[in-house]
Amino acid sequence: MEARKRAASVLTYILLVVSFAVFVFPFFLMVVNSFKNNGEILESPFSLPTSLNFGHFAEVVDKMNFFVSFRNTVVITFLSVLFIGILAAMTAYYMVRRPTKFNNGLFALMVASMIIPFQSIMIPLIYIYGAKLHWIDAAPIPLLIILYIGFGSALSIFMYHGFVKSIPYELEEASLLDGCTRAQTFFKIVLPMLAPTSVTIAILNVLWIWNDYLLPSLVLTKDQDFTMPIKMKVFNGTYMNNWELLIPALLLTILPILVAYLFGQRYIIRGVSQGAIK
Amino acid sequence: MITEKSRLKSLGNQLFFTGPTIIFFAIAVLIPFAYGLYLTLTDMTSPVNPIKFSGFGNYKTAFTDTAFWESMWLTVEFVIATVIIINILGFILAFLVTSGVKMQNFFRTALFTPNLIGGLILGYIWQFIFVQTLPSIGDKLGIEWLRLGWLGDEHLAFWAIVIVTIWQSAGYMMIIFVAGLVNVPKDVMEAATIDGANAWQRLRNVILPLMVPSFVVTVFLTLKNAFMVYDVNYSLTAGGPYGSTTMVSMHVVQKAFTENIYGVGQAEAIVLFIIVAVVTGLQVYFSKRMEVAA
Repeated sequence: MEARKRAASVLTYILLVVSFAVFVFPFFLMVVNSFKNNGEILESPFSLPTSLNFGHFAEVVDKMNFFVSFRNTVVITFLSVLFIGILAAMTAYYMVRRPTKFNNGLFALMVASMIIPFQSIMIPLIYIYGAKLHWIDAAPIPLLIILYIGFGSALSIFMYHGFVKSIPYELEEASLLDGCTRAQTFFKIVLPMLAPTSVTIAILNVLWIWNDYLLPSLVLTKDQDFTMPIKMKVFNGTYMNNWELLIPALLLTILPILVAYLFGQRYIIRGVSQGAIK
Repeated sequence: MITEKSRLKSLGNQLFFTGPTIIFFAIAVLIPFAYGLYLTLTDMTSPVNPIKFSGFGNYKTAFTDTAFWESMWLTVEFVIATVIIINILGFILAFLVTSGVKMQNFFRTALFTPNLIGGLILGYIWQFIFVQTLPSIGDKLGIEWLRLGWLGDEHLAFWAIVIVTIWQSAGYMMIIFVAGLVNVPKDVMEAATIDGANAWQRLRNVILPLMVPSFVVTVFLTLKNAFMVYDVNYSLTAGGPYGSTTMVSMHVVQKAFTENIYGVGQAEAIVLFIIVAVVTGLQVYFSKRMEVAA
């Protein structure tokens, strides 16, 4: 029995190390090749770099206007996630505490809308807000944030809805008797209690909005508005197969979220698994 | 439950708590969806041309558009390949990282990493692997199938997209399965062991039936994602070579924004919506019926 157990755990280890190698290999290739020039990359993509040459990184930061697209991505992601969190919590709370026909219908409509593929709304979306109302020309970034709030609210409301139901109403009654308004009660009593769910919802929304490509590629048309994925696409088109620039560019693009993961991995993993259970 | 004293106050609260969400939801989802249904009934070609009502002509065109159906079939093949492999692999990985070996949290963390990065960027990273790295290994070791440029071959390019998608999603599904596996009650497992069930019987008769809720979620997510694949498809092959990897989402984008046939593109997008809705609806309905209580 002992011997069999040991054999099983050795086998488990081997399988885990192999999968680890497969999953990390592409990132390893990015790192080792980011210091090389084209000749070395083509000659020996696996070898470690002979010297730590940061020259290509500097060139990429400059040519990509990296900090502008980084700032745009941060602003768009932060504002969208913040508003989705607050507004979805408010709506879900009210839907649970006041289950009128209207509120129940709205909830059902939002849950049903989650199976609409983005592809079947993108054409009218661009038509209405581009060709007809010209919002895309006037204020692309605010429009993009509004769209993210609209798309993100359904899933977030669905998740908050389940959690609000588990909060006993007595706590709120006490605060209402003390003279708080409904809104004060929500912000002072309920919202803080929703914090664990808020973290989960924020993580799921950050992963989605930070990396999204199709929607911003349709809404953002000017270079100064580009998010990092769009900028990377343009850069890839300009420097086709010029790996000594493309690899550092890719590495720089994924670096912020990898660093964030390094610090928040426990919360991120927990957030994803809780998000799925709900 | 909330009972407001005055109607005015109750209306005020309704507007305050749900008003902004309703507006944003309408702007992003409701209005475009409804307007999109209307657009399918018009002869719209590009945003600048005036619209005329044209009945169901666009749907007729969509149903006879062979390129659309080719891209749809390719997507269905893609869905089948990725949903099956991702779920099996995700489950096996989850099994490995909950088996109690040392450093299992480290492996969990590492295997999830690809999900942090968007499909577009992952496609570019793998382009380097398929264009430069694999041929270089093939050259050195004399392995013919590695030396071929995968992205330039009509069949291998499809599998390249499948591989990148699996590599991206398996870790995410693994995390969902881990949540399910740790919830399998210890006493049920012990009882099964005492009753003489071997590891395989425990997996088949205890673990898998209790894991049905996790599979409902993962199959739903992988189905939905696979039907809508765009980013990886775009950055890895852009639909090539010779249009051989154009999945349905890319076809719709091209129809509308490159060929400027908005009405037909939108009708095809609605057909895609109906197919996704029916498939995921059936999947959730049937797999919910398989759920058992512990």
